[in-house]
Amino acid sequence: MNLKSLLTGMAGAAVLALSFAAVAAPGVARAQIEVDIDKGAVKPLPVAIPAFSGGGRGADIAQVISGNLERSGLFQPLSTAGVADKLGDVNVQPRFPDWQATGAQALINGQVTVGADGQLRVDFRLWDTFSQQQLLGLQFTSTAENWRRVAHKISDAVYERLTGEKGYFDTRVAFVAESGGKLNRVKKLAIMDQDGANPSYITDGSYIVMTPRFSATSQEITYMALRPTGSSIYLLNLQTGRTETVGKFPGMVFAPRFSPDGTKVAFSVEKNGNSDIYVMDLRSRQSTRITTDPAIDTSPSFSPDGSKIVFNSDRGGQAQLYVMNADGSGVRRISGGGGRYTTPVWSPRGDYIAFTKQTGGEFHIGVMRPDGGDERLLTTSYLDEGPTWAPNGRVLMFSRESASGVSRLWSVDITGRILRPAAYTGAASDPAWSPLLD
Amino acid sequence: MSFDTKRVARLALIGVAAASLAACASRPKPTGPVAPTPPAPTQEAPPPYTPPPAQPVDQGPVPGSVQDFVVNIGERIYFDTDSYDIRADAQPTLAAQAQWLNRYPAVKVRIEGNADERGTREYNLALGARRANAIRVFLTGQGVSASRIETISYGKERPIDPGTGEEAWAKNRNGRTAITDGAR
Repeated sequence: MNLKSLLTGMAGAAVLALSFAAVAAPGVARAQIEVDIDKGAVKPLPVAIPAFSGGGRGADIAQVISGNLERSGLFQPLSTAGVADKLGDVNVQPRFPDWQATGAQALINGQVTVGADGQLRVDFRLWDTFSQQQLLGLQFTSTAENWRRVAHKISDAVYERLTGEKGYFDTRVAFVAESGGKLNRVKKLAIMDQDGANPSYITDGSYIVMTPRFSATSQEITYMALRPTGSSIYLLNLQTGRTETVGKFPGMVFAPRFSPDGTKVAFSVEKNGNSDIYVMDLRSRQSTRITTDPAIDTSPSFSPDGSKIVFNSDRGGQAQLYVMNADGSGVRRISGGGGRYTTPVWSPRGDYIAFTKQTGGEFHIGVMRPDGGDERLLTTSYLDEGPTWAPNGRVLMFSRESASGVSRLWSVDITGRILRPAAYTGAASDPAWSPLLD
Repeated sequence: MSFDTKRVARLALIGVAAASLAACASRPKPTGPVAPTPPAPTQEAPPPYTPPPAQPVDQGPVPGSVQDFVVNIGERIYFDTDSYDIRADAQPTLAAQAQWLNRYPAVKVRIEGNADERGTREYNLALGARRANAIRVFLTGQGVSASRIETISYGKERPIDPGTGEEAWAKNRNGRTAITDGAR
């Protein structure tokens, strides 16, 4: 079993080896990275990421890559302080015995140069230290102030090469930044890089904002605003800064989410206490009501091909998950266990639906197959809610609120083993992961 | 529980209302479109009563005022978990609200539905909307014109008790009839 299978969470052999080690490594290399899956703890891959040569942003870039890989839970960046091999030119082979001695299975080295035009050029190499094979060699050119994105792109390339899964580091997260106590909570729409860098606040906190969601196809988010005069659903173009509403409805509007192709938004409209799901075509601005049940119907989320919608309804007595065709036909319940299921979100890969489950006085983030099978609860706490998928469909971010009322962002992989606070440490809720940036 | 809460709030508000009457010697201003959220009711003792200076004044709120409604009628009723049924103990309050509103036909209200934190955000918005609507239906059933009533759900965004546990959650599962216009 390789690292890819670790990510997909398939049960299997007790002893695991990483895919890249198999490229040409002798047996001894594999022995270093055995993982006993039954112990419920993955031993992360030791990796050396020394400061890139050439000065300038070299050390910063290595640090951002190191932080990304470490937070994924699959890699363990090692200290490279005492290593004799002082890497310089990336075209010169590293002295592998020096790196083997650190215990690192992989080495990422790189070189930063600044051109006469001020452009940043970053070359990097990924090595298997034991087989002494180069696994990857790429070059990025960018404006100097864009160095963090270069580091994220390198992180994505390394992650993909070593795990077989797409990375998710060159992404952003929209969320709700919170301040104040339970009785005077202030909520601002905010956006940051996935590693918590460059946070910026879009609304001023004078009204409540909730549930931002990214379009999978454009730099656009939709979110809900709540004022004493009523609720609105907004579309915000992050490139132009332009905000518009999806229009006026007689009652509450909430729970917006884009269709995968970005041409529609599904949301709930409440009338006389009854919430139903509507889908609006963003070009024609025509909205169509697609549920008519007198129960609560909310939290719609499209399948990646756009043909189906998973949603939350209490039509069976308490909150459960249902899947229907995108026109509202063919409704069937998919959640079965005891407890209340809410906030379903279809994975961008289509293989899982993530949700929040309440049972026994606790909240869980969980995943199940789109047919309701294979349900697994990944977290347990006083209040976990609102999962959002990384674009690779293998990691989730969600809100975790303590009993004292402080909410923070956390992430968990779909095996449930790699659970940790997100890099952003401020009070926050309702995270929404962007697609990979271009 | 709702009865105790109301009584404590009433005591506290009598003190405040009387003091403000004495101070400005005129009737209280109607609230603007945004009615202030009252402080969270607690089981603690109300602030000490401050007697009005010198000249004796009528201690009750002006009939038809926001204070009159809040203190003498009660603006909130409470719900069971995940329910929007009007409980038996809430019916006298709502009947009194309807009677009061029928007596002061210029008054307009916004009914705010609230949920406790033991649910997820979007579901609780829907649940709060159901609660607000249940109150609206009750009031219109008692003769209050629907044109005087608007509703909104705050979901779990506007708790009145920051505590953890059933006692706090029970208070946070409420519907508030907030006067927005037309009070004396």
